[in-house]
Amino acid sequence: MGFRRWSTYRLAAAAGAFTNTVFGLIKASITMAAIGAAGGTLAGYHAASGATYAWMVQALVAPLNLFGWADLAERIRTGDVAVALARPVDPQFAYLAADLGRAAYSLIPRGAPPLLAGALVTGLALPLEPLPYMLGLLSVVVGVCVSFAGWWLVNLAAFWLLDLRGPRTLYMVACQVLSGLIIPVHWFPDWLGVLAAWSPFPSMLQAPVDVITARVEGLAALQTVGVQLAWLFGLLLSGRLLFRLGARRLVVQGG
Amino acid sequence: MGERTRAYRVLVGSRLRSQLAYRRSFAMDLLGSGAIGLLEFAEVYVIFANIDVLGELDFAAAALLFALANIGFSLADTVIGHVDQLPTYLRQGTLDAFLLRPLPVLAQLVTSDVSLRRLGRTALAGAILVVSLLMNDIDWTAAHVALLVIAVLSGTAIFAALFVCAAAVQFWLVEGAEFANAFTYGGAYAAQYPASIFSVPMRVLFTFVVPSAFTAYLPVLVLLDLEGPAGLPQWLGWCTPLAAVGIWAVALGGWRAGLRHYTGAGS
Repeated sequence: MGFRRWSTYRLAAAAGAFTNTVFGLIKASITMAAIGAAGGTLAGYHAASGATYAWMVQALVAPLNLFGWADLAERIRTGDVAVALARPVDPQFAYLAADLGRAAYSLIPRGAPPLLAGALVTGLALPLEPLPYMLGLLSVVVGVCVSFAGWWLVNLAAFWLLDLRGPRTLYMVACQVLSGLIIPVHWFPDWLGVLAAWSPFPSMLQAPVDVITARVEGLAALQTVGVQLAWLFGLLLSGRLLFRLGARRLVVQGG
Repeated sequence: MGERTRAYRVLVGSRLRSQLAYRRSFAMDLLGSGAIGLLEFAEVYVIFANIDVLGELDFAAAALLFALANIGFSLADTVIGHVDQLPTYLRQGTLDAFLLRPLPVLAQLVTSDVSLRRLGRTALAGAILVVSLLMNDIDWTAAHVALLVIAVLSGTAIFAALFVCAAAVQFWLVEGAEFANAFTYGGAYAAQYPASIFSVPMRVLFTFVVPSAFTAYLPVLVLLDLEGPAGLPQWLGWCTPLAAVGIWAVALGGWRAGLRHYTGAGS
């Protein structure tokens, strides 16, 4: 269902891909310039792998939906969530399934153009063996779920708060900085790196990018995916508990 | 004159009052907008935690560049940023109401909203500007002071014109609103970094097509007396108002063409 809903708007997808590509162009330039200024390597990134990071991030930003969504919060506010509660399916898994459908659709139309542009403009440093891609795909899927589980929690705040803009903005800022969206987590100064390591955000973006580009390989890659799964499990579980708490509090007027 | 602008003043006044009515919500929004500015600055901060000089600029100079670009963008965003809601107006047919009134549509659209909360980002950029002006070694002649003021005003005008260009394109694209984001938000992003790090085609794009380099980088070259990269001599920094006039001419032409293309929502 999620897949069909999002595949209807082709022009919107093309426009999004174009914007991702332009941002990729700027981001790759900045990353490469910074690596050049650092003398050719910066925290293990060469010019080519730095540019690849920038393009990969732009390719994944739409499938991962890091900028978030708020329809659940809106439905809680209006009381429509009562419908979801009355259905014989688990609301969290129903939402997650729709989100996976959305991600599956956006992977190619939103992901391919930035990568193609990257290959043409700066060249991409990608691994040659198939293993990183297989593990990478898994890592992306888990990343989509972690990102979903995080936003699910933010949306649930609507059970307790009337105006969600404040918490949403705060979460978005934290997410964009700490996930590695604006800059690789590996470049962080120590204090910020520690903060990122103790948050779920790197599991959303930096981890999949690291796995696909084979920055982490073999056992380390498995470990990265393991950390992602741990965060996913923890976030989904707290999401379930919080949803149940919130639903108990909810009073929907009228019938 | 007073009589002619009265309608606009009433409109803007009502929008301002409505935003200030819920004080705590407004304070949250201001903080949120400041936080987004902080997020953008985090990128500059992390980069300079790793290196000392990027594209001939040190951290102090890069902070000055960042501040100028952000003040211009956030002011433009406050005053005119809501024109990127045009696709919503088009789809809902709200624009038809504007067409019925005896006032220019663009002026009505601009004055239909003012997003005061975006001033949070301006405030943050302003604070960074003050600190970075103190950190940099600038020769404070009258001309340089004037240039700083001109840069802020023209920078705002340039970003505002980019928003209008982006809105004009929506008359054709409706669902493709994000195309335009590449140039408004993309331009703002590119403006925060020294144009010298871009390849020559990109430098040309972000200077002469989307004139975002004029909003901050070129004036900073003059203020710090730095030589520009190939194709961008320092004296271009004085031409910022010209760039603003040029892009506004394009924006208004595009807007007029778009409005003529518009055939109504059938309401």
